[in-house]
Amino acid sequence: MSQRKIRVLIAKPGLDGHDRGAKVVARALRDAGMEVIYTGLRQTPEMVAEAALQEDVDVVGLSILSGAHMALVPRILDRLRAQGQENVKVFVGGIIPDEDIPRLLEMGVMGVYGPGTLTEQIIKDILAAVGRVDQHLQP
Amino acid sequence: MSFSLAESVLQGNRLALARLLTHVENGTPEGLEALNQLFPFTGKAHLIGVTGAPGTGKSSLVNQLVYALRHPEEGQKPSQVAVVAVDPSSPFSGGAILGDRVRMRDLAGDAGVFIRSTASRGALGGLAASTANLVQVFDAAGFEMIFIETVGAGQAEVEIARLAHTVIVVEAPGLGDEIQAIKAGILEIADIIVLNKADRPLADNAERALRMMLEMAVNREKSPSEDGKLIQGWTPLLLRTIATEGKGVREVCQAIQEHRCYLQSSGEWERREQVRLQAELENRLQAALMKRLKEAIPAETYRNILNEMVLRRLSPYQALEILLDGVKQ
Repeated sequence: MSQRKIRVLIAKPGLDGHDRGAKVVARALRDAGMEVIYTGLRQTPEMVAEAALQEDVDVVGLSILSGAHMALVPRILDRLRAQGQENVKVFVGGIIPDEDIPRLLEMGVMGVYGPGTLTEQIIKDILAAVGRVDQHLQP
Repeated sequence: MSFSLAESVLQGNRLALARLLTHVENGTPEGLEALNQLFPFTGKAHLIGVTGAPGTGKSSLVNQLVYALRHPEEGQKPSQVAVVAVDPSSPFSGGAILGDRVRMRDLAGDAGVFIRSTASRGALGGLAASTANLVQVFDAAGFEMIFIETVGAGQAEVEIARLAHTVIVVEAPGLGDEIQAIKAGILEIADIIVLNKADRPLADNAERALRMMLEMAVNREKSPSEDGKLIQGWTPLLLRTIATEGKGVREVCQAIQEHRCYLQSSGEWERREQVRLQAELENRLQAALMKRLKEAIPAETYRNILNEMVLRRLSPYQALEILLDGVKQ
């Protein structure tokens, strides 16, 4: 049978209205053979977690440029755990000050990707995180 | 785990439901077993297909319809509603961007709604191979109305007509002239035609073309059925909406209810159920026979015959005969 597709939710929690980065990442993951659920702008942490549940995703990618990441990310992680999705990997992209990166990783975030990150890096990290290193790499 | 996936789904566990949908989508043995367990609980939901060309506003309309059904007029009970939204898979990478949720944000936070996005994974009829099974799971889980939003469809993606009880075809102004409207295909399967974006220029022209098409179709609807009885047919309703503003949406909800009443009073509901189950059986049979056939033919034989075809020494029909003869023995 066909192999299970990696499902990724790309969400933009918070109030900033710039989603080009999120769309670039979504497109790159699509081209890597993943199924990407795109939710659009201005999502609350509750909306992100609920979408992650309904879509039964393996990975959640959060794009945050508003500076509210230290408030939004923990709330989303808590929600995911509370609803039994502690295995879902979460990565964060956008404008994240260097000093916040270790704190986010400590909370359980899989990776933090700022401007200039190669999408190949994100793909590689996702494959490693969900235990699919040797697959999905064929064009 | 003390409960099976299917049992948890029947008890209303949303995480179990989400996980089972994934199993079913991937055709895992767990998924198939749960489908068998759940099948006796299906057959209650009203299945509503929403189809139409890309960008006509299918997702926005579904968003508004579901919202209206969840917030009915006083004294009416809101239905439990599920949405299965299909978007295309890339033919190159096999990946997909599933973006229907973007237009469905009004439904967030409502425990009576469950939206699942799904990729077509190479199927061509506007649905994915697993769509009928996903719908079955929602049906068993107690969702009373299930919306199935197809891939942005053109003229031939009519699979939805075999799955849904009620088919809504969404049109928008400026997409085609009267000839487009009388061609075979997607408009023919409509029980309800929604002319969305009705505030756009040319909306009146589009309505006129669609109306003309409907008037021509009425005669056919009233022709005798196979057993010679004259049946009172359903004339498709044509309604105008501006989905982004919610205008005309209540009327579409009403039309859906009317169509349901028609189906149930005319016996058409049972007939469609039978057609649907037969289609499903035939699809599964086809897939299973194909698989069995492939297993029965040695890979080398298959390659050789294909090679003969490439060299133009065998026509496809001759190749077929050789392959089928080989299987009989």
